[in-house]
Amino acid sequence: MKFAFSPELEAFRQDVRRFVADTLSPATRAKVDEGRRLVKSDYVDWYRILHAKGWITPGWPVEHGGTDWSPLERYIFEEETALGGAPPVTGGINMIGPVLIAFGTPEQKAAYLPAMRRGDLWWAQGFSEPGAGSDLASLATRAVLDGDHYVVNGTKIWQTQAAYADMMFALVRTRFEGKPQEGITLLLLDMNSPGLSIQPIRTIDGGQELYQCFFDNVRVPVENRVGADGKGWTYAKYLLGFERHGIAGIGHAKRQMARIKRVAAAEHDRGTRLIDLPRWRDRIALLEIELMALECLSLRLIQESEAKGAGAGPGVEASILKIRGTELRQDMFELLTELTGPYGIPFDEEVMRDGWGNGAPVGPAHAATIASNYLDSRKISIYGGANEIQRNVLAKAILGV
Amino acid sequence: MDFILNEEQTLLRDMAARFAADARARQEKTPEAPDRRWSRFAELGLLGLTLSEAHGGLGGGGVETMIVAEEMGRQLLTDPFVPTVAVAGPLIAALGEATQQAQLLPALAAGDLVVVPAFLEPEARYDLAQVATTARAEGERVVISGRKAVVLNAPEADLLLVSARASGAHGDPEGLCLYLVPTRTPGVVLRAITTLDGRPAAELTLNAVTVEATARLGPAGAALPAMEQAVDRGVAALTGEAVGAMAALFDLTAEYLRTRKQFGAPIGKFQALQHKLVDMKVALELARSVAAAAAMAVDVADAEVRRRFIAAAKVQVARSGRFIGQAAIQLHGAMGMTDEYGAGRYLKRLVVIGALHGDLAHHLERFAASTEPAGPRH
Ligand SMILES: Cc1cc2nc3c(=O)[nH]c(=O)nc-3n(C[C@H](O)[C@H](O)[C@H](O)COP(=O)(O)OP(=O)(O)OC[C@H]3O[C@@H](n4cnc5c(N)ncnc54)[C@H](O)[C@@H]3O)c2cc1C
Repeated sequence: MKFAFSPELEAFRQDVRRFVADTLSPATRAKVDEGRRLVKSDYVDWYRILHAKGWITPGWPVEHGGTDWSPLERYIFEEETALGGAPPVTGGINMIGPVLIAFGTPEQKAAYLPAMRRGDLWWAQGFSEPGAGSDLASLATRAVLDGDHYVVNGTKIWQTQAAYADMMFALVRTRFEGKPQEGITLLLLDMNSPGLSIQPIRTIDGGQELYQCFFDNVRVPVENRVGADGKGWTYAKYLLGFERHGIAGIGHAKRQMARIKRVAAAEHDRGTRLIDLPRWRDRIALLEIELMALECLSLRLIQESEAKGAGAGPGVEASILKIRGTELRQDMFELLTELTGPYGIPFDEEVMRDGWGNGAPVGPAHAATIASNYLDSRKISIYGGANEIQRNVLAKAILGV
Repeated sequence: MDFILNEEQTLLRDMAARFAADARARQEKTPEAPDRRWSRFAELGLLGLTLSEAHGGLGGGGVETMIVAEEMGRQLLTDPFVPTVAVAGPLIAALGEATQQAQLLPALAAGDLVVVPAFLEPEARYDLAQVATTARAEGERVVISGRKAVVLNAPEADLLLVSARASGAHGDPEGLCLYLVPTRTPGVVLRAITTLDGRPAAELTLNAVTVEATARLGPAGAALPAMEQAVDRGVAALTGEAVGAMAALFDLTAEYLRTRKQFGAPIGKFQALQHKLVDMKVALELARSVAAAAAMAVDVADAEVRRRFIAAAKVQVARSGRFIGQAAIQLHGAMGMTDEYGAGRYLKRLVVIGALHGDLAHHLERFAASTEPAGPRH
C-alpha cells in the first residue's frame, strides 16, 4: 500500500483533465454545471471530440479502437470526464458495442462499430416491457421467423432517448416453451422500420427522455440477429456486466459535492453563509466523508480485481458500488434542495431547457434547476438493476442460501 | 392530550373528505376558475372555520383546520386554504380593530375575499424579523417599499398581509407593522410563478405603495409575536396537509405492491418491499400523531409549549415526507418516475410543504433553542 498514485497515473489524470478543459464545448459544460438538460448534439459533439483523440471506446479491444488502458486508468478517465462536466458516453456504445465485438458477425461489426465510434450511430436499449422490468426474462415481445425476416410484435417501455436512436438492440421472444430465459433472442432493429412507433413519457422532473416503443409487424432481416437464436439472455447478461469501473459515479458525486459547497456558500441565514453554520457544515462534511469512503472502496475493488487478473473489473461487489453510489448522490440532491430553502419552491420548466432566457430567475440562479435535478435523481436507484435487486444479488452471494 | 375526534369533528372530517374528493374529480374533468372553486369552500362553511360565529364563522381552532387541510393534502388541492383560513383569518381576528374585523372577516368567510400573508423576503430565508421592506408615514398615509419572496397563492389574492419595517434595524424584532394591501393598489407588482407542486405564487415588489394609515393591522411596531403565532398556525395546518398527502401516497403504494406482478408474484410478496412499506407506515403514523399534537398545541396560550410542538411536527413531517415520498417512487420502479402515474405529485407536494414556513433546519433550531416547560406534561 502506498498513499500516492504513481507519477504515471498522476500524469495521466492531468492529461485527461487538461483535455476535457481544452476541448469540451463551454456551452455543454455550462449546461452540466447548471443542471440543465442536454440535447443530442451535446453528446454527439463530445463523442466526436473523443473519437478524434482516440478515446471514445477505451473499453473496447485495441483492434476495434480501444486504448488498452489499465482498469485504474479507465476509472480515472471516467472520473475526470465526469468531473470536467462532459456528457456521459451512452447511446449504446458501452452496451451493444462489446456484445457485437464478442458475438457479432464480421458484417455487423463493419456496419456498426466504426459508425458508433464516430458518433454517427445511436442505439436505444429495448429490454424492459410493461410486464417485464426486474423480471426481464418474462418479456413477451415476440418475433416469428417468416422466410429471411423476423416479424416482431409487442411493446417495449422506458427506452431512454429513443427519439435520438437510429437503431435499437432488443430482446425478443422467439421460442415459447421451456425456461423463459431460453427462448430469448437479441435483434438489431432500424428505428425507421415500418410498424415501429414511439411515444414519449413525461417524467416527474418535467423531462421527456423516456419512450414507449410499439412494434406492429416490424420486419427485421435475419442477418440483424446477434449470435444464435434463443441465446439472447446470455448476451444480455454479458452486456449488463460491462463497464463497471465507474459504476459508483465518483466523478458525478464529486461534481455534486462541489455544487453543494457553492450553493452553501451563496445561501445565507441571518447574514451568515450556510457553509459557516455548524448545522449545515456537519451535514456537508458527513456526505463528503461518505464520498471519500466510497471512492476508497472503488479504488480498492478495482485494484484487487486487477491483482487477481480479472480485467472486467469488480464482480458481485459492483452491487455495493451501485447501491452506495446512487444513494449517496440522491442524498446530495436532497441536501441541495434543502440548502435552497424557499427558492426550492418555484419551478419553471423553461429554465431546465433554455437557461435563464429573457427573464431574470426567481431567486438565486443556482436554485432554479435543483428541484428538477433532485426529482430526476430518484431514477438512479431504479434503472440499471434496481437497488433492491442489487441487494438481493449481494445477499445471495454472501449467504449462499 | 386527547387524540380522539369529537362528534362534530368527525362530521367535519367526513364532509371535508367528500368535498375534497369531489373537488379533485371535478378539477380533473373540467378545471374550474379559482374563484368558482373557492366559493364551493365557502358554501360549506370551510372558509369561516376558524372565525367566530359573529363573523359568519364556525368557531373552530387548530384541530378543525388540520382536519380540512389533511383532506386537501390527500387530494392535492391547490386553493389558498392554509394562507387564508389558517393564517390570515385568525391574524385579522386577533389584531384587527372592530371595524377591520367587521369589514373583512364576513367577506373572508363568504369567499369574497382571499387574503394571503406576504412576510418573507428574498434574503430572509425563514426569519420573520429580517424585513427590509419599509413603511414610511406621510400624513394620513403610509408608503410601503420592498420585496417579498415566493408568496403562495398571491395571484388569487385580493388582499395581501404585508410585513414592513417602521423603525429599527434589519433583523430587529421590534419595529414591524402589518399592512392590509389590496393586490390592485398602484405600485404592487406581482411576478407570477408556479410552484413545483403546481400552485400559483408570486414574487412581490412594492414600489412606493401608498395606503391609508388605517390599513395597518394591529399595534405599530409590535407585529412580530402575532406574525409568529400566525405562522405557527400555518405550520400546524401544513403538517396536516402533509399527512393527507403521505397517507394517500402510502395507500397508492400499498395497492401497487398488491397488484404489480414480477417473478410470478405480486411484488408485495418480497420481504424487502414489505419491510420498506412498513417503515413508510411507521413514518406516516409518527407524522400523523405529532401533527395532531401540533394542531392541538396551536390554541395553547404558552408560546414556548406551542413552539416546541409546532417545530417538532414540522421536523417530523419533513423527514417522514421525504422518506415516504422517495420510498414510494422507488417501490413503483420506473412507473413511479412518470408524471402521469401521479406518485411524484405527492412527493412534490411534500417537498414544497417541507420548504414552506420554515424548513427542517429552521424548525430544528427553534426546537433546540426552546426549553422544556416545567409543570404538568401535555
Ligand atoms: C430513467 C429510466 C431509464 C430507463 N432506461 C431504459 C432503457 O433505455 N431501456 C430499457 O429497456 N429499460 C430502461 N429502463 C427500465 C429499467 O430497466 C426498469 O425500470 C428496471 O428494470 C425496473 O423495472 P420496473 O420499473 O418494471 O420495476 P419493477 O420490476 O416492477 O419493480 C418495482 C419495485 O419492486 C422491486 N422488486 C422487483 N422485484 C423484486 C424482488 N425480487 N425483490 C425485491 N424487490 C423487487 C423493485 O426493486 C422496485 O422497487 C429505464 C428506467 C428508468 C427509470
